[in-house]
Amino acid sequence: MTETMLTVSQLTKKYADKTALSNANLQIDQGEFVALVGMSGGGKSTLLRLIAGLEEPTSGVLTFAGGRPVIRVMFQNDRLLPWMTVLQNVTFKQQAKSLQQQGQKMLALVGLADFTDVYPAQLSGGQKQRVALARALMARPQLLLLDEPLGALDALTRRNMQDLILSVCQRQQLTTILVTHDVQEAARMADRIVVIKDHTNLYEERVRDHQDPAEVAIVAERVLQEIVGEAS
Amino acid sequence: MENTAVLNKTHSLDSQLKRPRWRQISWQKVLPWIVPLTLLVTWQAVVSFGWVASSTLPSPLAVIQDGIGLIVDGTLPKNISISLYRATMGLLIGGSIGFLLGFVNGLSTHMRALTDSSIQMLRNIPHLSLIPVVILTLGIGEIAKISLVAVGVMFPVYINTFHGIRSVDPELIEMGRSYGLSRQALFTKIIFPGALPTILMGLRYALGVMWTTLIVAETMAADSGIGYMATNAQNFMDMETILLCIVIYALLGKVSDLIAKNIETLALGWQQQKGVH
Ligand SMILES: Nc1ncnc2c1ncn2[C@@H]1O[C@H](COP(=O)(O)OP(=O)(O)O)[C@@H](O)[C@H]1O
Ligand SMILES: [Mg+2]
Repeated sequence: MTETMLTVSQLTKKYADKTALSNANLQIDQGEFVALVGMSGGGKSTLLRLIAGLEEPTSGVLTFAGGRPVIRVMFQNDRLLPWMTVLQNVTFKQQAKSLQQQGQKMLALVGLADFTDVYPAQLSGGQKQRVALARALMARPQLLLLDEPLGALDALTRRNMQDLILSVCQRQQLTTILVTHDVQEAARMADRIVVIKDHTNLYEERVRDHQDPAEVAIVAERVLQEIVGEAS
Repeated sequence: MENTAVLNKTHSLDSQLKRPRWRQISWQKVLPWIVPLTLLVTWQAVVSFGWVASSTLPSPLAVIQDGIGLIVDGTLPKNISISLYRATMGLLIGGSIGFLLGFVNGLSTHMRALTDSSIQMLRNIPHLSLIPVVILTLGIGEIAKISLVAVGVMFPVYINTFHGIRSVDPELIEMGRSYGLSRQALFTKIIFPGALPTILMGLRYALGVMWTTLIVAETMAADSGIGYMATNAQNFMDMETILLCIVIYALLGKVSDLIAKNIETLALGWQQQKGVH
C-alpha cells in the first residue's frame, strides 16, 4: 500500500508571454523514484522548480499530502561555496557538534571522508557533485529533487554517481524526482518515467526491474520513441 | 621550474648537494631590488662626481642625514604620526560610509532607486576640487583634511562594495535560500564572502586615493604633516627634506599596499588553492 506524497494538477507556468509549463498533472507516491525526461526546453526544470517552491505557478495547484515536506534540490551545477571547505559547505559553517558529526557522516556516505578540509576548487566534477549530494542529505529531506546533476560528468563517473544516488535513496527511502534528458539513465534509476513534451506530460512508463538490462533497454527505447516520435 | 622538476625526481638530499637550496630562491629575492638599488647608486654617483649641483639634487646620503636629523629633533616622527592619524581617520570614516552605502544599495532595490543615481553623479566630481569649498567652510583644521580624505576614499569603497554584492552568483543565493538559510546567514555565508574579493580591491585602490588626497590637502592647507613639511621645505629651498618627504610617501604607500595585500591573503585564502593566483 502506497501513500501519495504529492499531487500536481493543471500546473501552469508562464514567463511573460512564454509558456514554460502547461497543465501538468502528476501524482507521486511516498518513496517513489520518478524521472522526468524530455527534450531540452520542454519544461522539466520548470516543473521541478515549481515543486521545490523556487517559483510560483501561474495557475494550477500543488498539494503535499501531510504538509510540506523537507525538500532538497541538487542542481545541474554543484553550487558549492568556493570560500568554504568541503565540510563547511555541508554544514554551512555551523559549529554545533551534532552538525559536524552529521556532516562527517554524510561525507563518509558519499565516499569523501578524507576530503573534509579541502576547497571545492581542488575537487573533480564528480567529487563536487558528491559534496552537493552530501549537503542535500544533511537535513534528512523527505523529497529529493535532482535537476540533471550528472549532466556534466564523464560516462564512468556518471555511472558511479547513479549507483551512489540509487543506493542512498533506497537506504533512506527517499522520494526522489530526477530530471534528465538521458533515457538510459532514467530507465536505470527510476520506478516510473514521465515524459515531458510540449510543456506538459501526457505519457509515462513504469520500470519493473532496474536490475534487468533487457527491460531497461526496452523501456529506454520506448520512452525515446515517445520523446522524438511524431515531432511536429 | 627546471630546478623543481629535478628536486621532485631525485632524492631531496642528493639534489640539495647538487643544487644548494639558497641558489634557487636567491634570484627571486634579489630581482626586485636590482632596479631601486641601481637608481640609488646612479643617483649617488651623479651627485658625487659633480654632474649635477648638490643644491639642485642632494645625494641620497645627504637625504638620509637630513632624515636622521629630523628624527632626532622629533620633527619627522611628529609629522608622520599626524599624517598617519589623518589618513587612518579619513579611511575609517569614508570607508565605513562607502561600505554601508554600497552594502545597503547592493541589497535593497528601494535604497538603490533612491540614492544610486545621485551617488553616481557626485562620483564624477573630482574630490580634490572640493578643497576650496572645504577650506571656506571647515577651515584648515583637522576636520577639513579628514573630511577630504574621507570623501576621496568613500567612492571607490562604495562602488566596489556595491558591485561586489550585486555580482554575487544569484544561483548560490537561490541555493542558500532553498537550503533554509536565514537572511542573516545568507548574508554572512554567501553574499559577503562572495563580494569580499571585489570589496578588498576597492580598499586597495582607496588606500592610494587616501595618500594622494592627504598629500594634496596637507600641501595646500596645513601647519603639520608630511605634506606640510615638504611645502615648508620648499619655502626654505631645502631640497633634502623635499626628497625625504617623497621617499616617505613612497614608503607609506608601499607599507599600506603590503597591509592590504596581507589582508587579502588572509581573507581570500581559498582563492590561493589550486593556484588561481
Ligand atoms: N526564468 C525564465 N524566464 C523566461 N523563460 C524561461 C525561464 N525559465 C525557463 N524559461 C523557458 O521555459 C521553457 C522551459 O524551460 P525549462 O523548464 O528550463 O526546460 P528543460 O528543463 O526541460 O530544458 C524554455 O523555453 C525556457 O526558455
Ligand atoms: Mg532543465
